[in-house]
Amino acid sequence: MNHPSVTTLERDSAPRVLFSGDQLVEADLPAGTRCIYPKPPIQPLRDVDAAIRYAINHPLGSEPLYAKLRPGMKVTIAVDDISLPLPPMKAPDVRERILEIVLALMADHGVDDIEIIIATGIHRKMKAGEVRHMVGRKVFDAYWPDRLYNHDAEDHDNLVEVATTDHGEVIEMNRRAVESDLIVYVNLNFVPMDGGHKSLMCGLTSYRSLSAHHNPETIRGCDSYMDPQKSELATRISRMGRLASQKLEVFTVETTINNRMFDRPLDFLAKNEDDLDARERALLKGLVATTARLPQVARQAIFDRFPAPYGVTGVWAGETEAVHEKTLERCYEQYLVPFEGQADVLVTGIPFISPYNVHAFLNPLLVSVQAQGYLFNFYRGAPLVKKGGTLIITHPCTDKFDHEQHAPYIDFVHRVLPETRDAVELHQRYEKKFAQDPAFIQMYRTGHAYHPAHPFFMWYWGENGRQHLGRVIVVGADNEYIPKLLGYETAATMDEALYRARGSENKSLSIAHMHVPPIVMADVRV
Amino acid sequence: MAASYFDVDGTLVSTNLVHPTLFYLLNQATPVQTALRFGRALFKAPAMTVAELADRRTFNELLYSSYQGMSEDRLVLLSDEVFEKVLRPSIYPAARDLVRKNVDRGNVVVLISGALDFIARRLADHLGADDVIANRLEMKDGYATGKLEKPVVAGPEKARLIRDHARVHGHDLDDCYAFSDSYSDLPMLSVVGHPAAVNPDPRLKLLARAYSWPSFDLRACP
Repeated sequence: MNHPSVTTLERDSAPRVLFSGDQLVEADLPAGTRCIYPKPPIQPLRDVDAAIRYAINHPLGSEPLYAKLRPGMKVTIAVDDISLPLPPMKAPDVRERILEIVLALMADHGVDDIEIIIATGIHRKMKAGEVRHMVGRKVFDAYWPDRLYNHDAEDHDNLVEVATTDHGEVIEMNRRAVESDLIVYVNLNFVPMDGGHKSLMCGLTSYRSLSAHHNPETIRGCDSYMDPQKSELATRISRMGRLASQKLEVFTVETTINNRMFDRPLDFLAKNEDDLDARERALLKGLVATTARLPQVARQAIFDRFPAPYGVTGVWAGETEAVHEKTLERCYEQYLVPFEGQADVLVTGIPFISPYNVHAFLNPLLVSVQAQGYLFNFYRGAPLVKKGGTLIITHPCTDKFDHEQHAPYIDFVHRVLPETRDAVELHQRYEKKFAQDPAFIQMYRTGHAYHPAHPFFMWYWGENGRQHLGRVIVVGADNEYIPKLLGYETAATMDEALYRARGSENKSLSIAHMHVPPIVMADVRV
Repeated sequence: MAASYFDVDGTLVSTNLVHPTLFYLLNQATPVQTALRFGRALFKAPAMTVAELADRRTFNELLYSSYQGMSEDRLVLLSDEVFEKVLRPSIYPAARDLVRKNVDRGNVVVLISGALDFIARRLADHLGADDVIANRLEMKDGYATGKLEKPVVAGPEKARLIRDHARVHGHDLDDCYAFSDSYSDLPMLSVVGHPAAVNPDPRLKLLARAYSWPSFDLRACP
């Protein structure tokens, strides 16, 4: 028997609606297709400020925050960056609430040597307006830009080696944080792979440290990124994080949010198409028709315009691992949907947004990150699709890049990827040289570009999906070149894609459809 | 090994060729000489303005004619002061770091500039660059003739000089970098595999965008 969030299609079921970038397309999937939908949003906390105060006064595995404070001490507060959540959260962002409470507490205890660092790692630096939205006007006006700033993973004068694990992984971190008496990490845990030791080990470290775990060997060793117990990535990061915790005083604050990504009147996008009422069906038709006709820039502007009305569902504080255990439980409660057995074919739309293109176009490399990286990995237990199975995605795969944010991606896709798609070869032959590109590093440091190592890490991100899947078929591509470069087949329609997946012997297939966004994870029992 | 070729004026420093020239003109041995030289230079200013718009090489030749009669000793002697008072304060905050990133990568760093060689050399030493391709004043009996030795480093000629430099030193141009702020340096940017627009003028900015070249601003602190 299906979970309430899983529907088996019948002959007269309504067409399914899939994201195809920033457009919506309808597809008739065969009867028998099992569609997995996001669970309804968990009821948010009624008093978030009270929950934050309770968490920092009743921490897990640690003394309360106030007990750690003394006048004249040096404190660094690290904050998750714009990659979390997606899209950015409606004001007030939960990080703003935590910062205001924590900063007031510190002021009461005579702590005034405080700097707030946005834990960008090698992501692009956040712009002033984005930071203001995230931390709120009060904190922004008081701290930006001298005491509230982005981490710089290329400022070698301000990076310091903390330790090296017995596996040879070097932990090189932001000097200010390392030299502080206390680091407070303020997290917003969007998916189960976020948070925990990953926050500091990715957010405040350097390319050198990141390459210890962001490499093809580690990624191939992962089952699901979303299941830390089975993720080699999580294993390595935790090993480094535990060692760093022995050298540093860290107090972690983690939060979870529900999956209310769409505000009214677009909230029906999370629903089963068969359950839509007449008004919602009309709205959906209108949206499908509108996104098909509007130019891309206008479509992007529409989706960029609406921050998500996420509700905060939990706040925990204290020792990193004890806190993260609670965070994961709440994340799973929101996202996991039980699903029996694996499918031969997984059909899913690729939406317009990923952690790496906030306020920018989802370029071809990020399409592959979404398909074989994130969406493939949204499972626990076993992959939703069988080994050697087929992934069908809907996306135009337009050869378009944001010239500022994704400048190094352009070179990667058009200069490096045509040489080889082999992740190991890319890692060994090209990565280091590319990561030292002085022009791209300058764009990262003084502009808002991703670090030149980032496109390599992104290619590796799809590596376990690439190893597991037999083929990827993209429906609705507006060109042949990009899908070929990514190793994808193309089909003009969903029917053609399914026909291809069946093969010449026209075998019967079990088909699963994952309805995203909002985020859903399959808890697959084989 | 690859090389990184840097234009200087507007790219690494905010000054241009006129600033050091003015310093020399205003710091002659006597006030009378200063007044005479400055007056002569002012007389040429309209012609230089036209030349700047039409042809960078002619502009350079007109500008450097102001040096006619200056002694080599004095030019070299004052070059330290020119560097300290004119060039050093005008180096962009992130310029030194950009040069260092190129050196760290193992690239040979070459400044290619219409400036005079003895001044460009001082800047190269300060920034940690390895080599300089710059203009040289023709000297006769220890005095500047007001002419430049060939080849004049300007505009399209920079591209040829880069090609020659790379050939002589065994650099594969496909692996080389070039950095400039000006559309007039398009030829030099086009001969390397990794061109980059630095503090670009509007035309270069558009071009960099069209060709997906890296484009950034060194005037901002990291």
